[in-house]
Amino acid sequence: MDLIASFQTAAPEAIAIGFALLGVLAGAILGDRASDLITRAAVLALAGAGVASLAGMWGGRVEAFGGVYVATDLLRVIKGVVYFLAAGALAMGLGFLRSERLLRYEYALLVVLATAGAGVMLSASDLTVFYLGLELLSISSYVLAAFNRDSQRSAEAGLKYFVLGALASGLMLYGMSLIYGFAGSTDFEAIAAADASTGLMFGVVLLVCGLAFKASAAPFHMWVPDVYQGAPSAVVAFFATAPKVAAVMVFAGLMLGPFQSKAALWQDVVAIIAAASMVVGALGALTQNNVKRLLAYSSVANVGFALIGVAAASSQGYRAALIYMMIYGLTSLGLFAAVLSMRRSDGMVETMADLGGLARTRPGFAVAISALLLSVGGIPPLFGFLGKWVVFEAGLTSGLTWLVLVGAVAAVVSLGYYLRLLKTIWIDPTAHTFERAPAGVTLALSGTAVVAVAGLAVLAGPITRLGGQLLP
Amino acid sequence: MSETFPVLSVLTWLPAGVAALIALVRLGFSGPAFDAGVKAATLMTTLATFALSLFVLAGYDQTAGGFQFVEAFSWFGAIQYKLGVDGLSVALVVLTTFLVPLCIIASLRAVTERVSAYMIAFLLLETLMIGVFCALDLVLFYLFFEGGLIPMFLIIGIWGGKNRIYAAFKFFLYTLLGSLLMLVAVIVMYVQTGTTDIVALQTAEFAPGLQTWLWLAFAASFAVKLPMFPVHTWLPDAHVEAPTAGSVILAGVLLKMGGYGFLRFSLPMFPDASVLFQPAMLALSVVAIVYASLVAFRQTDMKKLIAYSSVAHMGFVTLGIFSFTVEGLQGAVFQMISHGVISSALFLIVGVVYDRMHTREIAAYGGLVHRMPVYAAMFMVFSMANVGLPGTSGFVGEFMTLAGGFQASTLAAVGATLGVIFSAVYMLTLYRRTVFGELNPAVAGIQDVSAREVAVLAPLVVLTLLLGVAPGPVLALSQPLADTLAAQFAGLTP
Repeated sequence: MDLIASFQTAAPEAIAIGFALLGVLAGAILGDRASDLITRAAVLALAGAGVASLAGMWGGRVEAFGGVYVATDLLRVIKGVVYFLAAGALAMGLGFLRSERLLRYEYALLVVLATAGAGVMLSASDLTVFYLGLELLSISSYVLAAFNRDSQRSAEAGLKYFVLGALASGLMLYGMSLIYGFAGSTDFEAIAAADASTGLMFGVVLLVCGLAFKASAAPFHMWVPDVYQGAPSAVVAFFATAPKVAAVMVFAGLMLGPFQSKAALWQDVVAIIAAASMVVGALGALTQNNVKRLLAYSSVANVGFALIGVAAASSQGYRAALIYMMIYGLTSLGLFAAVLSMRRSDGMVETMADLGGLARTRPGFAVAISALLLSVGGIPPLFGFLGKWVVFEAGLTSGLTWLVLVGAVAAVVSLGYYLRLLKTIWIDPTAHTFERAPAGVTLALSGTAVVAVAGLAVLAGPITRLGGQLLP
Repeated sequence: MSETFPVLSVLTWLPAGVAALIALVRLGFSGPAFDAGVKAATLMTTLATFALSLFVLAGYDQTAGGFQFVEAFSWFGAIQYKLGVDGLSVALVVLTTFLVPLCIIASLRAVTERVSAYMIAFLLLETLMIGVFCALDLVLFYLFFEGGLIPMFLIIGIWGGKNRIYAAFKFFLYTLLGSLLMLVAVIVMYVQTGTTDIVALQTAEFAPGLQTWLWLAFAASFAVKLPMFPVHTWLPDAHVEAPTAGSVILAGVLLKMGGYGFLRFSLPMFPDASVLFQPAMLALSVVAIVYASLVAFRQTDMKKLIAYSSVAHMGFVTLGIFSFTVEGLQGAVFQMISHGVISSALFLIVGVVYDRMHTREIAAYGGLVHRMPVYAAMFMVFSMANVGLPGTSGFVGEFMTLAGGFQASTLAAVGATLGVIFSAVYMLTLYRRTVFGELNPAVAGIQDVSAREVAVLAPLVVLTLLLGVAPGPVLALSQPLADTLAAQFAGLTP
């Protein structure tokens, strides 16, 4: 009986993994004919998992599988966001995959498995289960990065991601073993209660390094630009949204959960990682000409901003990171919808120059992409400003003035390249005429742009109230 | 008037609403007829906004003083959507809504490319500018203050001159660095007091040490915006490259935000720090006045000359503000309004000949009076006003700020008075070399001002002279604020 209740608590992951298993069977029997059908069903399954996660709202903390797995209202929201972002990214990529002849049923199933891994990782209350979820996410991601087997770049991206990812996993595993050794348990509650010691500090720092790799924070960010550039755009649209949000939130959840009581051990490390990410991301993006590489560095910088919230080591900081990543995930989805719409009659293009003069040929597209870019840059009155506001507020409340000042300067630098893109779009002469994008992509682009423009006026109140309720 | 009618929200958001409508319709239509319609709609909207702002001016009860027409709703956290105006804001709001229709009229023929985008940018900019002066919440103020950068960036970048990209980037990044430091200070204030309500913060007392940092962060933003020496270098570039209407808005309204910021935030919220930095600010004001005047004299480009003259005239504003006297503060407000009218007019005057000859070089003109008598007369009025001739609005502002400056520091006032003389030197030289003298053969075929241009310039002539002979109403608007601030500082200055 307990087992059934446990599966009910883990319903989102159960739905996703169950679907993936059935999908493999269906794919094996029906072959590539069923790819389109399975991909569409996978979108529904991911959305269903998101609904299942949110359906349990306000049910309080529930443990499952003998305490190694928990669901709280906070996690339900995060997982809901992650599943919906994954569903959005998968739906958006469908047209791209079809036209690039990459539409195989394995693709959708890998996305579902990766997202389920993110869900397991988020809900874990034990280091072993956490690691299982993380590896499910990671290994699926390695395969996805190399999904375009015929492209050298894609294979290189996959290999690079795999080798560096395996190294990070190893570091993390070593850290976990140290934590286990010095805390005497892998259970989060027991770790929280354990005394701080030098051994534990080593463990925590190694764990932080691994998490920083997964969240693509500097100085563990080297894989990001290459993977973003090499992997198929639809895959990157997924990487940049659901797993990114999950990785940062798991980072926050671990540091501000079991390791909250030992903030002295990791606060400086996380603060430095946050500062390095903001600076490296802002400076690295300045010289990029490839839109995907630019977005890769921009994601490094944005993770840095979110980590200010984690470095604040307070419930307010956790809330700030949550709000930041929710907004970032959404705008990121929109930006990759824009990348997926950069299609000419002779194929996809992805350099900045290809966006030249877009405002003349496609004014709606130009307005949408400009709104999203300025939102990611945190320029008021766009939605992204709220994210900057809450993380800066959390940082200053915790006395991290230097970190906030670094963030402010990094924000000015990063505006340099967002403005360069704006200049290309609005001022430069027209480069190409793009083909009409599939309806799903256009919908994602315009929908997220509307949220970016109106979000601050309409959603700022509700989202901060929700944050306050989830993390009092 | 109904008490609950949100007149300030309507005033603020009307232009943005029309801009959104134009954008939506633009998705379906384009072509010359559509452009003409957009121009007409924009002009009507800006005129309606002007009328509405006059209604606010008329409805503002000067005997009661303080913030009126207040609207407040809780937004997120402790942050409110709160609007309200006092005498200072009313004056600047009316200045804004007065200048924008003139800009639109001035652009009717000058702008031929991407008309709807241009008009949308101007309407959005108007909303953001009005919002800056009406916001009574620090975060809301910041949103409007910062948001204005985007449309201005596009106005300079798309419709500007040859070197427009450089100028647009310089403008944006320069201003942004100042603004982000201000944002950090805003958050610190929020963390300290738990509120961002401007009215409440004016009585919040910050520790003197903290005040110094907060003051510096705010000043970083306002000094760039104003602009003060030595962070003024973006202004000549932005002015030269911006289209005429962009220069008008930049000189007429955006620069005023810096002065407004000092009066609304720096002085009342950080009085100890303001006193601490008074000598530095007075010195920088004088340097700005003298240095910018000398640099203006050496310019060969008309717009650049007027841009440097703006830097000098804004020096009088800071001189008046940091004298902490009633005369100085009132004079500073008056100087802001007066400079808003005069420098806008001068940029429009340059625009008139630029539209005909497509050059701003002083040497390319000469003897214009032979071909453009009406133009020469109007140019004369504005030149004299810029010099500060009694009877024009320029005189009142300069006289009062100097009167205030004398009480604070004789040395500073003497230096600033020298600047008045220099301003006569460069303005009269400009006027002589372009309007008088032998007729330059290159401009032999030039036409005098058209009816449309007269429609733009005539209101400015009237206002320049009217404010010069009857400055009372504007001074009355700034009186309560000046009294309050002067009283606040009377006990602080040694």
